[in-house]
Amino acid sequence: MTTSNSIGTPSHPHPGAAAALDRYRRSARWTPLEYLFWCLPILAYFAFPGNYLLLSQIAITSLFALSLDLIFGYAGIISLGHAAFFGVGAYTVGLLGSNGYGDPLLGLFLAAVAAAALGFLSSFLLLRGSDLSRLMVTLGVALMLYELANKFTSVTGGVDGMPGVEVKPILGMFDFDMFGRVGYIYSVVVLFVLFWFARRLVHSPFGQSLRGIRMNTLRMPALGVPVNRRLITVYTIGAGYAGVAGALLAQTNSFVSLDVLSFQRSADLLLILILGGAGHLYGGLLGAIVFVIANYLLSDMNPQYWQFWLGLILVLVVLFARGGILGTARQWIESSRQRAQARARTESPS
Amino acid sequence: MRREDLFRGSLALESIMTILFDGIAAGMLLFLISVGLSVTLGLMNFVNLAHGAFAMLGGYACVVLLNSYGVPFLATLPAAILVPALAGIVLERTLYRRLYAASDLDQVLFSIGLVFMSVAAAHYFFGAQQQPLHLPEFLTGQIHLPGVDVGVYRLFLIVAGLVVALLLQWSVIRTSFGARLRAAVDNQRVARGMGIDVNRVFSLTFALGSALAGLGGALGVEMLGLDPEFPVKYLVYFLIVVSVGGSGNILGSLYAAILLGVADVAGKYYVPQIGAFIIYAVMVATLIFRPHGLFGRPHK
Amino acid sequence: MSSPVLQTHGLVRRFGGFVATDNVDLSIAPGARHALIGPNGAGKTTLINLLTGYLEPSEGRVELMGRDVTCMPQHERARLGLVRTFQINQLFMDMTVLESVALAVSERNGLGTSWWKPLAVRGEVIDEAASILERLKLLSDAHETTRNLAYGRQRLIEIALALALRPTVLLLDEPAAGVPTGESQELFETIAQLPRDVTILLIEHDMNLVFRFAERISVLVSGALLLEDTPEVIAHHPRVKEVYLGEAHV
Repeated sequence: MTTSNSIGTPSHPHPGAAAALDRYRRSARWTPLEYLFWCLPILAYFAFPGNYLLLSQIAITSLFALSLDLIFGYAGIISLGHAAFFGVGAYTVGLLGSNGYGDPLLGLFLAAVAAAALGFLSSFLLLRGSDLSRLMVTLGVALMLYELANKFTSVTGGVDGMPGVEVKPILGMFDFDMFGRVGYIYSVVVLFVLFWFARRLVHSPFGQSLRGIRMNTLRMPALGVPVNRRLITVYTIGAGYAGVAGALLAQTNSFVSLDVLSFQRSADLLLILILGGAGHLYGGLLGAIVFVIANYLLSDMNPQYWQFWLGLILVLVVLFARGGILGTARQWIESSRQRAQARARTESPS
Repeated sequence: MRREDLFRGSLALESIMTILFDGIAAGMLLFLISVGLSVTLGLMNFVNLAHGAFAMLGGYACVVLLNSYGVPFLATLPAAILVPALAGIVLERTLYRRLYAASDLDQVLFSIGLVFMSVAAAHYFFGAQQQPLHLPEFLTGQIHLPGVDVGVYRLFLIVAGLVVALLLQWSVIRTSFGARLRAAVDNQRVARGMGIDVNRVFSLTFALGSALAGLGGALGVEMLGLDPEFPVKYLVYFLIVVSVGGSGNILGSLYAAILLGVADVAGKYYVPQIGAFIIYAVMVATLIFRPHGLFGRPHK
Repeated sequence: MSSPVLQTHGLVRRFGGFVATDNVDLSIAPGARHALIGPNGAGKTTLINLLTGYLEPSEGRVELMGRDVTCMPQHERARLGLVRTFQINQLFMDMTVLESVALAVSERNGLGTSWWKPLAVRGEVIDEAASILERLKLLSDAHETTRNLAYGRQRLIEIALALALRPTVLLLDEPAAGVPTGESQELFETIAQLPRDVTILLIEHDMNLVFRFAERISVLVSGALLLEDTPEVIAHHPRVKEVYLGEAHV
């Protein structure tokens, strides 16, 4: 056992440092802004009673974005095929529902397991090679699944999709109504619970090690970290989360269409996360809100215009606002703080 | 052997030959389009997923001139080469250059954005339908070679592809531009230190790659089709050629493209139920065992 | 004479036709203050990479505290106490100083798989991190983002990360590289003050620092160990002068 050599008992740190330490100790606590944010879904419930389906879509897309944030924003794994897990979750529910196993919570659970299993298996493909090969592997896996779903029409309904997915009442009590009210509450609750877990995860030592892996993969093994094991774990978790999102979509719509596995869905998700800001947990949620609402408001717009503006926004964000909404906001706050500090220093007598 | 067996055997042989020729022709097209992407990746380490858009641009240039202005097919090819080249120079100088130092992800996102924009623009200007193309008389029909009938256009594609490949390889090895290109690919910093105008090499290479893509796009309208979704539809194929062939490796791209073309055509012929699945599976499998491609050397 | 804490037997590393490490038999005694010197391109960093497991040897063995670690991956060797610093800073640019060191401490304490309780709440980890920062006089910058600090200060973080792992064997790859001369003195004071249960192998170019610090010196030339002896002997050895003067075309 190594001796406790160079450390010794901590002596009293000087006052400025004490403030910094305190600040760090409190950094994992929920901020007022966060409490405010989570009032939004509740407010929306009362404010927009006719739009439950749309609101559910926001919640589901938020969860999907959260799943990508875990693997990309925190662990730095680039994926062009995250829709694979979303689709697996959706089709799991679809298959269960078509065969009489319509219990929603069971569906969620099995969808998560199926997606996580696929995530676990495909994670090994990501460990070797460069970012480019990771990109291609994730793209390839998603495309493979898409083709499979496309061809096995007897099982998946192919391009026509899987209609009539039976969804039983939640816990035997809450039946999905046609306005989507129950579906919305259900989606938001699932989102919140999973978000809460994710939040704990990223603030934990494990989550912090993911940040380390993303920022400097070279350093981590030198710190004694088995990088591959961590990556496999987080990729599996992210896949499971995406599977739950897909399951929610299938359950709230009672329908599974082929586009749950499409490249478009994966690419849109990347856009959402980048737009909101990756690596902040809330960035994906913000991006989802903006994207889904914009998509809805502009839905009567020519789909080509929509596509064009999406592309343009993506290009502009990458060139000028790389951190997305949250990242740019943080940078701005940080630089105003630094300017204020600099001003205070020059003004105060030295 | 019985007569039926001989007959069946010769049919099988004929289909194999047809598949081979079709596959190699398709491979040549893929090569023409993808070689620019490969060199760009090897040279600037830039992951340009929008590369297919330049091919599409060349295709539309050709089709517009041919169908709306009656320009003969072969005469449209210079436009199919120059228009994407110009677009390439402009975009490289204004946009791409800003992101050479950016992370792989940023480059991917940027190029995806460009893909979206180009697909939408193509929809807007040309509509969603497949563009019809009527080849000139002398490029249609079949040539009767011993044992097999080969499409004239297929043969034309194969010859054109080989000529371009040889020209490229020769120019990279023999000309001074090629030498500067190889130096810059090998070690950018040292190349700059030696006084090579690396920025100019980048621009010219990008333009050349886009030009070749445009040529491939135009020549490929008949075989690969042309619609606004072209850059997305064939993205995976280009990526396969580049990753299997090894980035920056011209001959590697050629071999990889031919392999891919033949595999794709054969797959669609023998196991049409599974279709593109095989291609993706092969790609994933290759990346597992050879993350740097079958012919490439590790980069970065 | 106690057994060496770090040892190599016939260590060879080839890159294609090029021999970067040529049959190196290195032996580091416990508690040693051992320096590795040699002209540029001699293969010093390659040797460190082989010792830590970043590179696999083409031939030969590496032994840590009597154990054969030749096939052991990097992170396991680090857990056994073999810790290195990098010649060019390898830091977490967007983390604060405190976050970086706390991460290292938490990994050292085996908390890396803990996913429920936030790192920030773990008092013992933060206290330990704070005391390391204090020893390296980094505490005033605890809340600064690494990216915003001067290179010299960042170099101290590099050391802090290594110390956080409670090394038994510390491999320092040119710790003073890129650090202004005034600050490098301070750096070396810190290293010199490390207790004797930490064995130190140091790569350095600055000969003043080497001769002040080292008790034994190994000279590496073209991947092979030229000789190993006390500083007095090395300083006056004609072959060493030849190797250094020969390669310095002033």
